[in-house]
Amino acid sequence: MNRSVWLAGLLAACAGGQAQAPAAPAPVPPAAPAAPAAAPYTDTLSVDRPQYPSTYKRRANPPVLIRNATILTATGQELSNASVLFRDGKVVAVGASVPAPADAQVVDGTGKFVTPGIIDTHSHLGVYAAPGTAAESDGNEATNPVTAEVWAEHSIWPQDPQIPLAIAGGVTVMQVLPGSANLIGGRSATVRLVPARTVQEMKFPGAPYGVKMACGENPKRVYQNRGPSTRMGNMAGYRAAFIQAEQYRARWDKWLKDKKGDPPARDLRMETLAGVLRGEISVQNHCYRGDEMAQMLDLAKEFGFKIRSFHHAIEAYKVADLLAANGTAASVWSDWGGFKMEAFDEILENAALVTHAGARAVIHTDSPDGIQRMNQDMAKAYYAGVRAGIPLTRDQAIRWITANPAWVLGIDQLTGTLEAGKQADVVLWSGDPFSVYSKAEKVWNEGWLVFDRLDPKHQYKTDFNIGQTAPGVGR
Amino acid sequence: MNTVRSVRSVRTVGRCVLAGMVLLGAAPLGAQTIAITGGTVYPVSGPKIANATVLMNDGKVVAVGTNVNIPAGAVRVDASGKWITPGFIHANANAGLGVAGLNGQGEGRVQGEVNPSFNPAEGIDPAAFTIPIARTGGITTALLPPGGPFFPGQVPAVNYAGERIEDMLIRRNAALVLDLSSSSKEAGGGSRGGTMARVRRLFDDALEYARRKPDFQRAAIQPLSAPARELEALLPVLRGQEVLAIAANRRIDLENALRLIREYKLRGVLFSAVEGWQIARQIAGAGVPVVLEPLRDIPDFDGLGARLDNATLLREAGVRVIIAQGDPGGERNLRYAAGNAVRNGMSWDDALEAITSAPAAAFGLGDYGTLQPGKVANLVIWSGDPFDFSSAAERVYVRGQLMPLDTRETELRDKYRRVPLP
Repeated sequence: MNRSVWLAGLLAACAGGQAQAPAAPAPVPPAAPAAPAAAPYTDTLSVDRPQYPSTYKRRANPPVLIRNATILTATGQELSNASVLFRDGKVVAVGASVPAPADAQVVDGTGKFVTPGIIDTHSHLGVYAAPGTAAESDGNEATNPVTAEVWAEHSIWPQDPQIPLAIAGGVTVMQVLPGSANLIGGRSATVRLVPARTVQEMKFPGAPYGVKMACGENPKRVYQNRGPSTRMGNMAGYRAAFIQAEQYRARWDKWLKDKKGDPPARDLRMETLAGVLRGEISVQNHCYRGDEMAQMLDLAKEFGFKIRSFHHAIEAYKVADLLAANGTAASVWSDWGGFKMEAFDEILENAALVTHAGARAVIHTDSPDGIQRMNQDMAKAYYAGVRAGIPLTRDQAIRWITANPAWVLGIDQLTGTLEAGKQADVVLWSGDPFSVYSKAEKVWNEGWLVFDRLDPKHQYKTDFNIGQTAPGVGR
Repeated sequence: MNTVRSVRSVRTVGRCVLAGMVLLGAAPLGAQTIAITGGTVYPVSGPKIANATVLMNDGKVVAVGTNVNIPAGAVRVDASGKWITPGFIHANANAGLGVAGLNGQGEGRVQGEVNPSFNPAEGIDPAAFTIPIARTGGITTALLPPGGPFFPGQVPAVNYAGERIEDMLIRRNAALVLDLSSSSKEAGGGSRGGTMARVRRLFDDALEYARRKPDFQRAAIQPLSAPARELEALLPVLRGQEVLAIAANRRIDLENALRLIREYKLRGVLFSAVEGWQIARQIAGAGVPVVLEPLRDIPDFDGLGARLDNATLLREAGVRVIIAQGDPGGERNLRYAAGNAVRNGMSWDDALEAITSAPAAAFGLGDYGTLQPGKVANLVIWSGDPFDFSSAAERVYVRGQLMPLDTRETELRDKYRRVPLP
């Protein structure tokens, strides 16, 4: 009974569901930071007019000084009894003693913890919005195995009541992806979790686009009657699409160089894939099985692009050495598995083993529930690794939900750590974020206090919440 | 699938070895006298006891306290610094009913909507790899509700140990399920009003059938709204001998459930109850326990009032709250669901009750859920607070037997600790 009520919803949202399978991750190099400088994304070269630009504006805020807190910087440090100061949307200083400017709001962090804002590389908030009716099922353009032409941002509903719940969990940035029905499902959008009327007001300025690709069971199930209906059919489908994209790119490159005659016809599908070939659009690849990850890494080599992250990388631990060698990250869950054949070999130590092998691990959610408690997923994966005797630090674990996902999204130069000059995406926790009992108490998004558990004035409600739902954030 | 099969057969071999020892005359493990000493015991029936001993024999708890006489020959287990709790009871479990969540491999559901006679018990696979995984979360006992709309069937209660279904079963019919949520609207012809009318028709027909069996057999009775075997299966509930577990989320559905409980004098338990907090005092007044998932806070049209402190508000009103969990991480996460209930305002002691004594009381499993002399020796030794991520189950006993904590997952982990493989 209730199984149908409870589980069905959950599983539909995640990896199982036809309509909303999760996406795959993309990649990264070994634990060493410094992402390959993501070319600042400037739309595809085949068009020079503005394309749905971000209208996000940072809110003016007084400077904030958090004192006497334990600070996890995600740069290798855990500072006790320390302070962090941010002003004008930027971190100014982190350290043992930071003098309070006269105009600063001082927050006493005694007994509390501070981390960078949490980043989810894999969300469908806005495209599979609550209350979960068919009317808002906007995540899978399941009409063709290759729909690189669709953009997730054109489906995002900023009034999704799941957004404030995620903010209350300390999430400041997420990548919203199309679902995994298709081999190539469309462009992702990297957005800030802020109150907004339009998705443009949420779009993270300067974040490169990603493209969602999906391996395995979902595409071959969705298209079993028209193909692809096998994994070999999946591979043939990616290759055919990139062969076409190579030709498209060559036509445009030639025209851009010579400027002779009429420009080639625009093709939105090819524009996205040409962006991948040019290294401007990152590949975010839903891929569960290790052997399929190896196939996809070869596909990337065949066409000369990189896979930034595999997502739902249940078997990343089996090929962690390949991930490290290819500089591809693994976005994983702590303990979800078994819900389908390709999710069968889930283990609790996945993130720990990937990290230990020198590859970049990320904890992602693909879930409107999970995104509310990403620190808990991190903690589960951390302690599982420690108990299994895998060398691992708390700092490495906190990076799974901050610095590493920032790298996957190509925004690690801007956010994801607490150090001077980074954007002030900051979470104050009621206690150790590695404990089940701790809650995000205050959340600043580029300096803007978007959530305060102790002050209802700073608890945002979407229009859907108004007049009909309970206060969602509990106590 | 081959991998799975081979791992499974390895494990079965392990069990056969244990069984062989029993046959050879070694004392069955459950019959051993075991003394767990030095730990902090949370008996649930009373306050925690520091530096206490739990004595078990023949699968039962014999004594708990600081002044326990340990017989010579008892196996001693040093639990200094550890926490000891009863084994947890998951009231909305799934492990054992089919192969994980694989499509087509489930066993918890049959077609149709009026199936009170269906019991999934014979679909339970004692060798399911999900069972040892559930035990790593301290789950020793489970209720396995069938799935599906309206009257999907009976709920068996099992221990998560044993080679055959008979070894596992505690009670075949621990409850009957009625779903009054939005999922059952179709069964009522498209409206909740229709669903309620159909429930009453079935209940009334069952009572009529019971009163007039001879007339029924002579066909001297108007046609009934379900086959005799289904009406028969409703009778224990209507006679107050069996629990009716009613799934409902919206406040109006919960109030409809309370109406049925009152009208037919049922032993009701509410399941899911997303908007339960809105009528917490009504539920408390009716003395009806609630099984719920404390992390459910996303609004939908089966419960716009979802909120994280539902468990807390119900408990504060005096409702007996039972915590369940439903995420794809599996049963093992029940303890974290309890921890999250505490995070959202519930007391730690209430949360422990909510996965031990409360489900035992609600489903008539009186021998379970506490550590007291005479109770079944299902217990767990934890490295620390069982609700937090930093702790783990170090020893799990079911009916006094120490269970292995290795799983399919730990075998995979150990195989791939170093890559590439040698």
